[in-house]
Amino acid sequence: WCSHEMDPSVVSGKGSGLGSLETAEVLFQTQWLVLAITMVRFYMEKGTHRGLYKSIQKTLKFFQTFALLEVRIVPTSVLVTGVQVSSRIFMVWLITHSIKPIQNEESVVLFLVAWTVTEITRYSFYTFSLLDHLPYFIKWARYNFFIILYPVGVAGELLTIYAALPYVKKTGMFSIRLPNKYNVSFDYYYFLLITMASYIPLFPQLYFHMLRQRRKVLHGEVIVEKDD
Amino acid sequence: MRHSPVEILDAKTREKLCFLDKVEPHATIAEIKNLFTKTHPQWYPARQSLRLDPKGKSLKDEDVLQKLPVGTTATLYFRDLGAQISWVTVFLTEYAGPLFIYLLFYFRVPFIYGHKYDFTSSRHTVVHLACICHSFHYIKRLLETLFVHRFSHGTMPLRNIFKNCTYYWGFAAWMAYYINHPLYTPPSNLRSSAGETGARHLCGKEAGSVTSPSTWPCGTCGPLVRSKTRKIPYPTKNPFTWLFLLVSCPNYTYEVGSWIGFAIMTQCLPVALFSLVGFTQMTIWAKGKHRSYLKEFRDYPPLRMPIIPFLL
Repeated sequence: WCSHEMDPSVVSGKGSGLGSLETAEVLFQTQWLVLAITMVRFYMEKGTHRGLYKSIQKTLKFFQTFALLEVRIVPTSVLVTGVQVSSRIFMVWLITHSIKPIQNEESVVLFLVAWTVTEITRYSFYTFSLLDHLPYFIKWARYNFFIILYPVGVAGELLTIYAALPYVKKTGMFSIRLPNKYNVSFDYYYFLLITMASYIPLFPQLYFHMLRQRRKVLHGEVIVEKDD
Repeated sequence: MRHSPVEILDAKTREKLCFLDKVEPHATIAEIKNLFTKTHPQWYPARQSLRLDPKGKSLKDEDVLQKLPVGTTATLYFRDLGAQISWVTVFLTEYAGPLFIYLLFYFRVPFIYGHKYDFTSSRHTVVHLACICHSFHYIKRLLETLFVHRFSHGTMPLRNIFKNCTYYWGFAAWMAYYINHPLYTPPSNLRSSAGETGARHLCGKEAGSVTSPSTWPCGTCGPLVRSKTRKIPYPTKNPFTWLFLLVSCPNYTYEVGSWIGFAIMTQCLPVALFSLVGFTQMTIWAKGKHRSYLKEFRDYPPLRMPIIPFLL
């Protein structure tokens, strides 16, 4: 999970009217607003987060899968966007959708809130930048909120995966054992453990990258990148 | 003799790193690199990239100073390529690994499978055949590296050895684990006879790619084997070179064929995946090679495809 960086100089709008890129940004923005509003309303009516996931899941799954388009549309590196989108899709489809018992965990709400706030901020940033009318607050938010939201989101995801482990082990889901005619085996339980471990090298790299972007954009520091 | 002074600046910071005042005009870049190393011993020649423009292409070692478009004092920009390692070392390490690792699994060395299987032998013929094919393949590659390939650019960045070895050793271990597993399922009878024919065919291909000298011009990667006079490779009397009629890089074609044959013979999904990944990479290389052939030779045979006859 990462709030990927974007070179502000790339996102300068051409001024007149909404092109396809702008429309896409607005659409993505709307998705997340809809999600946020649904979540808030749910909590206000029910007073609990139980069942929250169930009520927003269709919307969430649709939007997250739709986000695959983002990899091609958004003006950021394909690799970074790809990593983010695939990790979100992984969480939504392979964890929360497939492992029903963990849908009521608090950790699910944790990462949902983190994702929602981050995405709304990020898309506002893109949209306003394209329309050449970027309020400083949006820029400030986009480059400061992540400081809290990123670790919160990661914590939510990790706790959710951790909560899912006992169910995965018990049911042996998504796993193949030997012997079989393809002579291969796969253990989803160990796969999840490795995924959790992979956050250790990946999270700091992305986090420090965002911090560097922040220093560059907000404080105008000139940072000489290692590989030009 | 008039000397041409040379100043070397850092490509990123433009800091003046070195001033060489007694350089002969017919000196080569290689000689300049050696002089530069004297003042900065940590940057041995292999890790120096010298160019005329900070963001330009690296100059070749053979380039001569006076033939370059420079003024009375030549300004060269330096970029550190990072720690380097020789091609030969990388190739030997990445090929020796799979050879050795596969045999560990074949002989069922302790701590891989359950203890009751330690040092036991599989009862399936195909498992023994697979070991022979796999080992032969990597022995062939090692011999090629030692005696056949001529490397034009001697080194590559150090981190490549970790990347490459992870790939080769990782896949070798993954394949070997399943093929030599006590619960391995050999192919059904119909498929196994096809597999055995495939195996003999496969070994033939291995032999083929070793014995045909004309497959060597197009090595495993661009920097291999550069003959001084560049000519379009053509088939010779050796039947294994006849594939040159149809493809630019028959060695890749043979390689893909070998691994697909191995996958069919062993009916092992990891082998198929390895073939797929290898095929993807080799296609990228073959297309690049094909493109450079087309650029270089205007009379390049139009029927030829990069890697798969008529298709790709």
